[in-house]
Amino acid sequence: MATLKINGETKTVDVEEDTPLLWVIREQLGMTGTKYGCGIAQCGTCTVHVDGQAVRSCVYPVGALSGDENITTIEGLSEDASHPVQQAWAELDIPQCGYCQSGMIMAVSALLKETPNPTDEDIDAAISNICRCGTLARVRKGIHLAVKKA
Amino acid sequence: MTKTLNISRRGFIVGTGATGLTIVVLGACTPSSKDDAVNLDPNDEVNAWVHIDHDDTVTIRIARSEMGQGTLTGLAQLVAEELDCDWKNVTTEYPTPGQNLARERVWGAFSTGGSRGIRDSHQYVREGAAAARIMLVEAAATEWGVPASECSVSDGIITHTGSGKKTSYGKVAGAASKLAPPLEVTLKDPSEWKVAGQPKLRLDTAEKLTGKQVYGADLQLDGMLNAAIRQAPKIGATLKSFDASAVQNMPGVKKVVSVRNPFGAENNAVAVIADTWWRANKALEALPVEWEGGVDFSTDEFEAELNDGLTSDDAFVGNASGDLETAFAGADQIVDVTYNMPFQNHATMEPMNATALWTEDKCEVWCPTQDGESALAATAEEAGIPIEQCEVYKIHLGGGFGRRGAPDYVKQAVMLAKEMPGTPIKLLWSREEDMMHGFFHPTTKGRMRGALDADGNLTGFHMRISGQSILAALMPQALQDGVDFATFQGLFPAGVNPRMEDQSIKYSFDNFLIDHAMRNPPVRPGFWRGVNLNQNAIYLECFMDELAVAAGRDPLEFRLAHLKDSPKTAAVLQAVADQAGWGSNDGKHRGLCAMYGFGSYVAACAEVTVSDDGDLKIDRIVAATDPGTAVNPQQIEAQVEGSFVYGLSALLYGEITFENGEAQQKNFDTFDSLRIAAMPKVETIVMPSGGFWGGVGEPTIAVAAPAVLNAIYAATGKRIRNLPIKDQNLREA
Repeated sequence: MATLKINGETKTVDVEEDTPLLWVIREQLGMTGTKYGCGIAQCGTCTVHVDGQAVRSCVYPVGALSGDENITTIEGLSEDASHPVQQAWAELDIPQCGYCQSGMIMAVSALLKETPNPTDEDIDAAISNICRCGTLARVRKGIHLAVKKA
Repeated sequence: MTKTLNISRRGFIVGTGATGLTIVVLGACTPSSKDDAVNLDPNDEVNAWVHIDHDDTVTIRIARSEMGQGTLTGLAQLVAEELDCDWKNVTTEYPTPGQNLARERVWGAFSTGGSRGIRDSHQYVREGAAAARIMLVEAAATEWGVPASECSVSDGIITHTGSGKKTSYGKVAGAASKLAPPLEVTLKDPSEWKVAGQPKLRLDTAEKLTGKQVYGADLQLDGMLNAAIRQAPKIGATLKSFDASAVQNMPGVKKVVSVRNPFGAENNAVAVIADTWWRANKALEALPVEWEGGVDFSTDEFEAELNDGLTSDDAFVGNASGDLETAFAGADQIVDVTYNMPFQNHATMEPMNATALWTEDKCEVWCPTQDGESALAATAEEAGIPIEQCEVYKIHLGGGFGRRGAPDYVKQAVMLAKEMPGTPIKLLWSREEDMMHGFFHPTTKGRMRGALDADGNLTGFHMRISGQSILAALMPQALQDGVDFATFQGLFPAGVNPRMEDQSIKYSFDNFLIDHAMRNPPVRPGFWRGVNLNQNAIYLECFMDELAVAAGRDPLEFRLAHLKDSPKTAAVLQAVADQAGWGSNDGKHRGLCAMYGFGSYVAACAEVTVSDDGDLKIDRIVAATDPGTAVNPQQIEAQVEGSFVYGLSALLYGEITFENGEAQQKNFDTFDSLRIAAMPKVETIVMPSGGFWGGVGEPTIAVAAPAVLNAIYAATGKRIRNLPIKDQNLREA
């Protein structure tokens, strides 16, 4: 059994403690916006926020949570796609296949919380998500645009 | 925008089971069963391409798959253009392969590859839309008792010029659906376009910003179980035994089953079916499995075969002209170099997956696929049920790049579903399975020899490609007298083979030979975004650079001298050179590349910095593309930028090697992909010259790597000929 505070709600799930947070979110809680990409914290498609920090949930065992942490997934980032990152992403038409974009948006929104006006060097250091469609050029533009929308 | 769908008609409610939590999945492409599928009743549509609701919502049917490349939006723009509807009212839906079969392929081919989504289907798609417009206007005119010729239409509003009467498409769509289609339609000239040709935003973005977009891996059906699979790690090996008793009491485990090779008779995989995928995969990791047989293939050892092919007397001729022997005999200087290209994995972000539900008289599959029709055929074949009783629901793809044209994972899902009749089974490959069991971009080497005269003119040119044929492995029936013509993408003569007309070489050489010594490893090859154009561009365009340097000529001038018969190629090359500042004395190091592929003329100029320690930074790439007709310029830019990430990832890191028949790279830690820190600034020049329809998704990949390699030479004086660049020191290479 594990208790999670996720997107403002408290949930109890009956699951083995070594189950990664990613799979609890997807399979026990049925929120599939957070994606599986590699399972070894390499690609970032599974990025969520734990107490505001970007976390690669595919290697984060649910047993490591105390139950007090505030977890945010893409479904809880905003009610209506109004987060500045989502707005910037819409304006620049960033997603292609879109599979990595939940993780990308969560990674970027965590960066902007910590560094509200990042330089390109800050972006290079903080954002390492893989996008095989190759939206990276627009992602950089999108981050700078999101700063203006915040 | 995308229409909010009517739940009763197109949505469905599913439970996750484990928590009792109920969620609603919405999406035109995600019906939960045949009964809930989008109703494409011919009596309830203007025609096959267009359905219009009473509220004027226009639903455009898209036969080709959307995997990020933007074809869905582009095709919708073309339909909306000829239909003259209001773009704000447009939404889209996929007809199913089963419906296409039942309606005698009214939507044509579903196959989505070769950068053909728009260029192969625009004609009949636009004609369908134009016919719908004529029928709608005729329906209004009939209602008013006036000649249709006195009516005009704009943004879905029909007006009778004389009386000023107005009505909307939604009000006459029912009557229009009963009319006979016109015998002839006239399409608009692209110069008249108002919706097509515009940088419209994609129709499928909103759901991708909120996590609502449903991919195959996300599918949840009532009562569904999850499966994880392990395929024989060694090429050709089969399943000897497994001990299900060791895992059958693990949490959630329902069944452990062997899985037959989708392309052969023997079992070559084992799968665990459980309540959740995580539990299935955990049990699979704990499952004792023994394999037997297989091929001791090693990429290191195979290199000797590739090298043999470089000098073999026996090779298929792809393109030849003039007298090579005399040219080389009289050469003042001979340049002789060899480049190589390793295996690559597609590595779509979403691993392979499919969900199947099998009963004795029906089989349904939900899957991301680049070819719904071949997925349906594979479903029927594996299900052992007539194709008319099978159905495939296409789910949005988390990347394709050519990998999802193969139905191996679809067949596996059906096999698993047959083990548990009546229960939907979702099969999801782990990243490791996906990386090890791809259809790999083939390995080849290219040896180029050039004869230069004393004035630096190229008098003889020989390119020998040695390596794997995709067609020989996947579709041997497509070989022509043993020749795999696809090997010669970008190198083929014009005017010889209609299937290769969009892949011809644009340089004019006096005496030349381009041939292929086929050397086939046991590795399964596949069509990988850009296919053979990728390495052929490296071979051709790096060599042109080497020749120019050897001849003491400017690489731009040297290329242009051989492009006199292809002004369109010269134009894209000149465009990137001009914008990038080619030839300016500003201390920047630049490299060029120009190619023709998939029916489009493309070029790139890369700018790089190489540190004293040999570290590479790709600063900027200026790219130009002339696809003839530009349906959505901003999406073309997105494809160019994206193609560079794909092409540069391969150049910098991409490599699958084999030892003892087993792929050595199993995840993104060893098969890396370009991250944002390494992403160059990309400037895209979209310069459609009109009169033809070229592809967009693939051609520009090919020009990224050669331009960068040539720029590295400009920066260092060293040639990198072994790919990927990976750990090579660019100063000491």
